[in-house]
Amino acid sequence: MSSNTANVLYLIPIVTFILALRFLSNPAHARRGNQIGAAGMLVAIVVTWIRAGGGSWWALVIAMLIGGGLGAVGARKVRMTAMPQMVALFNGVGGGAAALIALAELHRFLPPPGRPHYDTLVAIAFSGLIGAVSFAGSMIAFAKLQELIGGRPITYPGQNVGNVVLLVVLVVLAALLSAGVQDQWLLWLVVGGGALFGVLFVLPIGGADMPVVISLLNAFTGLAVAIGGFELQNNVLIVAGMLVGASGTLLTLLMGKAMNRSIGNLLFGAFGKITPEAAAAVASSDGGTVRSASAEDVAVMLAYAHKVVFVPGYGLAVAQAQHDVRQLADLLEDKGVEVSYAIHPVAGRMPGHMNVLLAEANVPYPQLKEMDDANPEFSRTDVAVVVGANDVVNPDARSNQGSPIYGMPILNVDDAQTVVVLKRSMNPGFAGIENPLFYNPKTVMLFGDAKDSINKLVADVKNL
Amino acid sequence: MSHDTLLVFEVTILVLAIFLGFEVISKVPTLLHTPLMSGTNAIHGIVVAGAMIVLASGHKGPFIWVLGFLAVVLGAANVVGGFVVTDRMLEMFKKREPPQRDEK
Repeated sequence: MSSNTANVLYLIPIVTFILALRFLSNPAHARRGNQIGAAGMLVAIVVTWIRAGGGSWWALVIAMLIGGGLGAVGARKVRMTAMPQMVALFNGVGGGAAALIALAELHRFLPPPGRPHYDTLVAIAFSGLIGAVSFAGSMIAFAKLQELIGGRPITYPGQNVGNVVLLVVLVVLAALLSAGVQDQWLLWLVVGGGALFGVLFVLPIGGADMPVVISLLNAFTGLAVAIGGFELQNNVLIVAGMLVGASGTLLTLLMGKAMNRSIGNLLFGAFGKITPEAAAAVASSDGGTVRSASAEDVAVMLAYAHKVVFVPGYGLAVAQAQHDVRQLADLLEDKGVEVSYAIHPVAGRMPGHMNVLLAEANVPYPQLKEMDDANPEFSRTDVAVVVGANDVVNPDARSNQGSPIYGMPILNVDDAQTVVVLKRSMNPGFAGIENPLFYNPKTVMLFGDAKDSINKLVADVKNL
Repeated sequence: MSHDTLLVFEVTILVLAIFLGFEVISKVPTLLHTPLMSGTNAIHGIVVAGAMIVLASGHKGPFIWVLGFLAVVLGAANVVGGFVVTDRMLEMFKKREPPQRDEK
């Protein structure tokens, strides 16, 4: 197959990838979009196969079976709550593949006189570097979310300075390589240093900010793949990689915006360090009292309400209580209560993660309200039920300038008539921040495991 | 076509792809951000095509062969895992009562 024929055929996967992203803008045909993208990927693989010729075809088959098999098993087995780390893992291996390609390509040109064009060298140096950062960073993100290592930020003095120096050194080395110092060890140094940078860069970032990091690393892998397309003079790699690079960057910015934090602050701020003012505010809130209620009381409140809004957080996912919540919602609907779900953009471990978990429990998606639609409704709401959410309903984000989450848009559950908070204990949440909502006179606490509490509510509502 | 002409073409499509990427994504609702991240993740699995080219040139030396082999394994895991995970997520988005209007 000539390279022209291949490039014409490569238009098929390119168009399907664009359609796949396009179709993702509506839940009604998002799935079909993904299937179209997968079909396009198959075309790209077949065309590449034919063009590459018969060399090592058995090795290709074996490698594809091993990789594809691992991917399929991992993707089938993973529970929906563990989805973020799975995405991190698949992202990392893609970055790793890009780095390996760079190493192999340089080796192909060595030793001289096989001198490649300068732009090929630039591409090799930078796709190796970015791919390695993405690979190592994703593995650390995976380890943090899987709780193989602690989710809290790991910091030490001179951290940011050290990282910047390392990055500058790596870029200089990559530039040397591009300028024609063609030594395999130099590229190994760049790739190894890139991996080290990936580790150091992700370690100080707290578990709560990990989704933003994964999204950024996703963009990095896309970029590494696009640059890899220049090494191999392959259009489909350039277009598909850059589509991901651009969309991943935009998604990262959107996520930062949802948390009202600049990307610089997210990546270098080591989130979760409590400022002295916030600590003072915490001390002052100790004076407040917390009202707790029994499941029966809450069941009565819910059954006789006109409008109930559920506010799910990650605690709901951990307790695997999404099915039970839906059961409770169905019961309430049968009694004529208007039920909806208010979803904060960063509820769960990734933006939109909560939507996935509720969809898994067959909650119809028109009932899921995004923050901007949900907030005006709270003043008409009788009972807001907060299940395992904490920071996304913390009024300190509106009023306490010393709080680390000050300025983050939140769900204004305190506008509702009554707020019911389902919580295991009074421990602060994932980010370790005290929440004055619990001391609000409108609030009643229902302590216990979220799943047990919801099941008790279901039983009590049935008995009414 | 000379190498430079080809390079100019490649840079052109790269720049167009940047804008296209921004354009297509700006219309996606938050509701679908997780599947979106996972879907784009699957798309950069196209790296497997590059890895296949490397492995196919593996007769040029055992080092290239080994790197190519590993790259194909990683790339294939990226492609298959990415698409299957995304499909699993999207499969769950269903409506119960029909006629309600779609979200934007």
